[in-house]
Amino acid sequence: MIYLDHNATTPADPRVVKKMLPYFSEKYGNPSSVHSFGQEARAAIEEARHHIATLMHCHEKEIIFTSGGTEANNLAIRGTLEATKKKGRHLVTSSIEHHAVLNVFKRLEKEGYEVTFLPVNSDGRIEIQTLAEALRPDTVLVSVMTANNESGVMEPIEEIGFLLHERGILFHTDAVQAVGKIPLDCSSLPIDLLSASAHKFGGPKGAGFVYCRKNIRINPQIVGGHHEKGRRAGTENVPCIIGMGKAAEIAHQEINKEVFRIGALRDKLEEGILKSIPEVRIVSKNVLRLYNTSLVLVKYVEGEAMLLNLDFEGIEVSSGSACTSGSLEPSHVLLACGYPHEDAHGSIRFSLGKTNTEEEINTVLEVFPRVVEKLRKMSPFKAQSLT
Amino acid sequence: MYSQKVLDHFRNPRNVGRMDNPDGVGKVGNPVCGDVMVMYLKIKNDIIEDAMFETFGCGAAIATSSIATELIKGKPIHEAQNITNKAVVEALDGLPPAKMHCSVLAEEAVKSAIEDYEKKRNEGEGKPAESA
Repeated sequence: MIYLDHNATTPADPRVVKKMLPYFSEKYGNPSSVHSFGQEARAAIEEARHHIATLMHCHEKEIIFTSGGTEANNLAIRGTLEATKKKGRHLVTSSIEHHAVLNVFKRLEKEGYEVTFLPVNSDGRIEIQTLAEALRPDTVLVSVMTANNESGVMEPIEEIGFLLHERGILFHTDAVQAVGKIPLDCSSLPIDLLSASAHKFGGPKGAGFVYCRKNIRINPQIVGGHHEKGRRAGTENVPCIIGMGKAAEIAHQEINKEVFRIGALRDKLEEGILKSIPEVRIVSKNVLRLYNTSLVLVKYVEGEAMLLNLDFEGIEVSSGSACTSGSLEPSHVLLACGYPHEDAHGSIRFSLGKTNTEEEINTVLEVFPRVVEKLRKMSPFKAQSLT
Repeated sequence: MYSQKVLDHFRNPRNVGRMDNPDGVGKVGNPVCGDVMVMYLKIKNDIIEDAMFETFGCGAAIATSSIATELIKGKPIHEAQNITNKAVVEALDGLPPAKMHCSVLAEEAVKSAIEDYEKKRNEGEGKPAESA
């Protein structure tokens, strides 16, 4: 199998799994227990928090463990809105957020908030001027993702943060696709809240975190005991949190080694596709993007059909086509960038990771043009354009 | 997600391609929705002698097109006309709920191609075309 779907999930690093294993049946203590057995688990969790704080350049107290990225987004957004002293009904987010953010805002809209869903330019980026014009005196919170999961496009979070801090508006960023892939320094970035997920950077599924800048009040969204300093109740998922800590430690040490190698493979893949397949384009090719992500639009064929054919050949990718999402609408990200529906239906996403090799990319470059050719032969559009 | 039968028809679609001089052609769907099917029929003595298709769409769209051609080949047109999306789904051993619209499209493609044939035949016999 050639796995090129790392923006969906990554394999847990073997060092991560090794670190987790004892915490299932040997060191299974509850970190809230006073006895030494429980305190051993507590120490391991705090070590994990330390590794995450080191990766994020923040204080340990600013890290709140959650069950994953979706819960992190819900807690960061809803938790601060509930707790903030500033009274206002206006919120801003972008139209290309992941559903784990978009649908939180849609819910808030139903609950009485007014929400502006900011458009993006044709490159998929928020323009700072558009944001500035959307802000109002009663704007309480803005949420814009660090990097887009489909296209890899990086949003100008630093500029956004400085603008918002001048106006005293809370800034949240969904950094699920960025944490562990690129260095992020919370000590210098003007970010109040950030969400991340362990399984996107070599950790296990079932753990994530919120970075919550000190002195920002946040109400728990899961209510119960006094875990996580009263910010998230429930016995900690000890093995997964420890795994996430190890993944953060590895990411911190190895991030720079991987950027250039994976980036070169991604570029080779894109050049090869552009050379061997007519009428394709790479979304936001000339914009600052995650080095591991490539979103390709192929004319006259549909995304899921490409995905399934690649799957038959052992190549695992993803598609933003309507047919993979269970709705009839294609990717909201591509539509927001201004691509017509018929083009957006033909999208295919390659997202690379640590384990990918040049040999694998060569195989994809052999198989993918064949897949496109086979499907184009079946397509009425291609047939018409040839006659 | 998909039955073995769907995957088989998607992977090895039957009767795919454009037909030369078809007696009836039905084009349904919309590129905006991500599915377009074109059904071509060869008809002799009111029997569907051959059926072919071209489809732009997902795995289910291609599989439903393929099975629909198999279901109607050799059938008298009055029988083929009664094809239902349910019959298409059953012949494929089921479809995921989100893909049911693909089977409806296959049914419509067959009906539209037969309509086209009948319209042409009526015109050929000098009768006024119904939808003109």
